[in-house]
Amino acid sequence: MFEHVKRVTILIATGLILLLSACSPRSGAVLHDPFERLNRATHAFNKGLDRNLLSPVSKGYTAVVPDPVENGISNFASNLSLPGKVVNNILQLDISAASSNTFRFVINSTFGLVGLFDPSGSMGFEERDADFGQTLQLWGVGEGAYAELPVFGPSNMRDGIGLIVDMVLLDPASYTLKSPVTTYRTGSRVGEVLQKRKIYGAQIDEVLYESADSYAQSRLVYLQSRRFQLKDNLSDAYIDPYADLE
Amino acid sequence: MLTLTPMLTLNKQPIARRSFLLGLTSTMVAGPAFALDKARATQLVDRLVAEINRTINFGGSEAKLLRAFENIFAQYADVNIIARSALGPAARSASSSELSAFILAFRGYIARKYGKRFQEFIGSEIVVKGTKNRGKFFEVDASVRLEGITPFEVSFRVSDRSGENLFFDIIIEGISLLSSERVEIGALLDARNGNIARLTRDLVNLG
Repeated sequence: MFEHVKRVTILIATGLILLLSACSPRSGAVLHDPFERLNRATHAFNKGLDRNLLSPVSKGYTAVVPDPVENGISNFASNLSLPGKVVNNILQLDISAASSNTFRFVINSTFGLVGLFDPSGSMGFEERDADFGQTLQLWGVGEGAYAELPVFGPSNMRDGIGLIVDMVLLDPASYTLKSPVTTYRTGSRVGEVLQKRKIYGAQIDEVLYESADSYAQSRLVYLQSRRFQLKDNLSDAYIDPYADLE
Repeated sequence: MLTLTPMLTLNKQPIARRSFLLGLTSTMVAGPAFALDKARATQLVDRLVAEINRTINFGGSEAKLLRAFENIFAQYADVNIIARSALGPAARSASSSELSAFILAFRGYIARKYGKRFQEFIGSEIVVKGTKNRGKFFEVDASVRLEGITPFEVSFRVSDRSGENLFFDIIIEGISLLSSERVEIGALLDARNGNIARLTRDLVNLG
């Protein structure tokens, strides 16, 4: 089962590498946004979604639900995402992160009461984040064109494809869980998003509602923080303000 | 030097711009600048961070805090270069009086904006971790430690290329102040049909 998933993934990924490397921008490019018109339309849609739905519902949810319950719901969601992260840890040959995340999953699923609590976090085993976009990057795939995805928000070709592969192929929990746990899981994921919208509220509001061009600003924030997260030094495209004068 | 600028602009733009900026900075530098090295870059950020730590944990009114930040920017940041870079290609066609008025307004704007941001760090401690030589500049890495959240990284990019040891960019968790301001100022300028004088007037109420 696991081996099968891995083989399929590698096959698909090899195809993607060929596809993506063809459209990858040269390294060092600040940004590559040939679909800007379409992206701006999607951005307007996403912004409306945040203004009318996500932001107000998040405010209501975090005001009504007590913090420990919010944390429990988010812990439950993030615990079930761990097996998928372990798959990516393995694809990245990061054995240390794979064992740490496995340990987390085992401890939190048992002593943490099906993941509602995070005892392994207090033991110093923090989640080691991994996704298929990151795996592709480690395999040498460039980020490709910038893309703002409906609902999911800022992304790029590589990470957008990574997101789909993670959801459809690399999520062991989705193969094994049965109803009604799958429903609880979906609900907990919504709770997690609502809680995150609140935690990063000031930063999100600043980019979306206090900047002169929220599309361009969110594009920049996404690209720079993603490159930082992936330690993608090839795309280090910060400005040298003195270059013009020399 | 400044009087020569219009003549030089005709054929040697870069030199004209450079002398203009050097002219601006040299009015603020008392003695000769020391050449920049790893130790001096670190020392500069050590002093800067000590001052930020003192300012954000001192308390006092917001107005006082923002004034303190304006002084910190004036003393440690290459605001001329940051402002000019934020303006982007428009800086090249701007007249020198237009440019210096813009830079003046930008000083207040940037101090207000980032003063507010650092205000969110009240109760935290910024710790300098190390310095990297990045060729044309030095990058001093620091970590912001705040109770209850995982520490996050802040880097200061330091250069002496305008004749003084100053920082020209702050990078918080990968996101560059200089890049953000270039996007922001660019958008504000577009919204005013490229009119720098109008942007300069409006900047007083922004940030």
